[in-house]
Amino acid sequence: MAVRTPEASPGPEAAERGPGPVKVRLGVNGRERGIDIEPRVSLLEVLRAELDLTGAKRGCDQGTCGACTVWVDGRRVLACLTLAITCEGREVTTIEGLARPDGTGDGQLHPMQEEFIAQDAFQCGYCTPGQIMSAVGCVQEGHATDDAEIKEWMSGNICRCAAYPHIRAAIRAARDRV
Amino acid sequence: MRPVTYLLADDVEGAVRTVTADPDTHFLAGGTTEVDLLRQNVLTPHRLVDINRLPLTGIEALPDGGVRIGALARMSEVAEDRGVRERFPMISRALELGASAQLRHMASMGGNMMQKVRCGYYRDGESPCNKRLPGSGCAALTGVSRTHAVLGTSEHCIATHPSDVAVPLVALDARIHTRIHTRTGDGERDHAIGDFFLEPGDTPDREHPLAHGELITAIEVPGLPIARRSLYLKVRDRESYEFALVSVAAAVDMVDGVIGDVRLALGGVGTRPWRAIRAEEFLIGAPAIPENFEQAARIELSDARTTAMNAFKPELARRTLVRALETLTRDGSQR
Repeated sequence: MAVRTPEASPGPEAAERGPGPVKVRLGVNGRERGIDIEPRVSLLEVLRAELDLTGAKRGCDQGTCGACTVWVDGRRVLACLTLAITCEGREVTTIEGLARPDGTGDGQLHPMQEEFIAQDAFQCGYCTPGQIMSAVGCVQEGHATDDAEIKEWMSGNICRCAAYPHIRAAIRAARDRV
Repeated sequence: MRPVTYLLADDVEGAVRTVTADPDTHFLAGGTTEVDLLRQNVLTPHRLVDINRLPLTGIEALPDGGVRIGALARMSEVAEDRGVRERFPMISRALELGASAQLRHMASMGGNMMQKVRCGYYRDGESPCNKRLPGSGCAALTGVSRTHAVLGTSEHCIATHPSDVAVPLVALDARIHTRIHTRTGDGERDHAIGDFFLEPGDTPDREHPLAHGELITAIEVPGLPIARRSLYLKVRDRESYEFALVSVAAAVDMVDGVIGDVRLALGGVGTRPWRAIRAEEFLIGAPAIPENFEQAARIELSDARTTAMNAFKPELARRTLVRALETLTRDGSQR
């Protein structure tokens, strides 16, 4: 691909980076990670291709399906529409870091993960990491009072297998535990 | 996606100057439009100026009963703000009925005002589209146009303005504050929201009166006591996470069964968020009865121009407007 050299100019543009690979430091699941990426690369691409964190899935890659949902500074967002370079200095949390980011949990899952298993809340499983990250956010935001509210506040996560009733059951069960 | 360079802005003036100096440099806020359309080669900046760390995130209740919303406040933050909820329930509601929870955490209020249309011919990057490539024609005129506009259209563009929250903001006479850099220096401007969204006319590519590089810093909503009892009613093809076919923002003040003051705006039907000024004028001083609501809606929609596919919209808009007014005048519903 063509690499465009930024024109040398004074002032704020001195801090211009790219378009070729630049060093970016990201805090992901409690660990500081350094990578060389072009500024145009999405957070989703970095997680999956650079950091081997393949939990977040590429579904639509245009902000429609929610399969790539992760947290940035504790808020559920879409990794496909987030440029990785904009996350410097932020804390990124993926499904891999949900249970116990520092690995001290001895295999203990987050209650939401346990309830997705207990309630059989997936079939193919492709949307599940995004569903779970979004579901924990939904409960933390206080929008899991009843099924109608869960439906509305989880509408950004599409499940092609239509496991929705079981997903809602898992969210209700996890909500009551945490 | 084309290669881009990246610049993290640490002050408003610097960001504005950098973008102003180069037509191929864009602001990057929440990214929900910019990154999406960059990936599809619909937007083709060479450089992005990340404005997310600028101090434009505040939401401030004003002494006059209004509210000042920082351009980088996220949709979710504004929706749950207590002052906004109490003073302008239709703003909160419109925000919560837009997009998804994830997108609302990302998308900024300034970006919401600047978002691009959802017309499939604009967004596919290759169909004739006078917005994307002036003079190339409009594929929607003879194409799939079920969701397209019926008010404020032209022979060059019939794309619907997609924002929900802009609809109550138009009803409330909000003002858009900006920073601008010109040859004479740095300055501030202030746009009435009624002048902020342009109808396509002969220049569909021109959507706002902003100069390139002019940055929205805040949205100011003036105090309006009747807005404490207001609603936003949205009709769409599915119950959530979908753009409006028709929406109505409404606030009514009624004294002894007569309408003293009313604010009305329509979404989903116009090329801009549509202030229903003619309906308002008809209703002020009129008894709050269904016949008058019907007549007001008919007057507002009398200029509607439809395609074969969206011919249902004027009737749907009429019914939605009537229902909104009936709901507000019948009981104490806030929504």
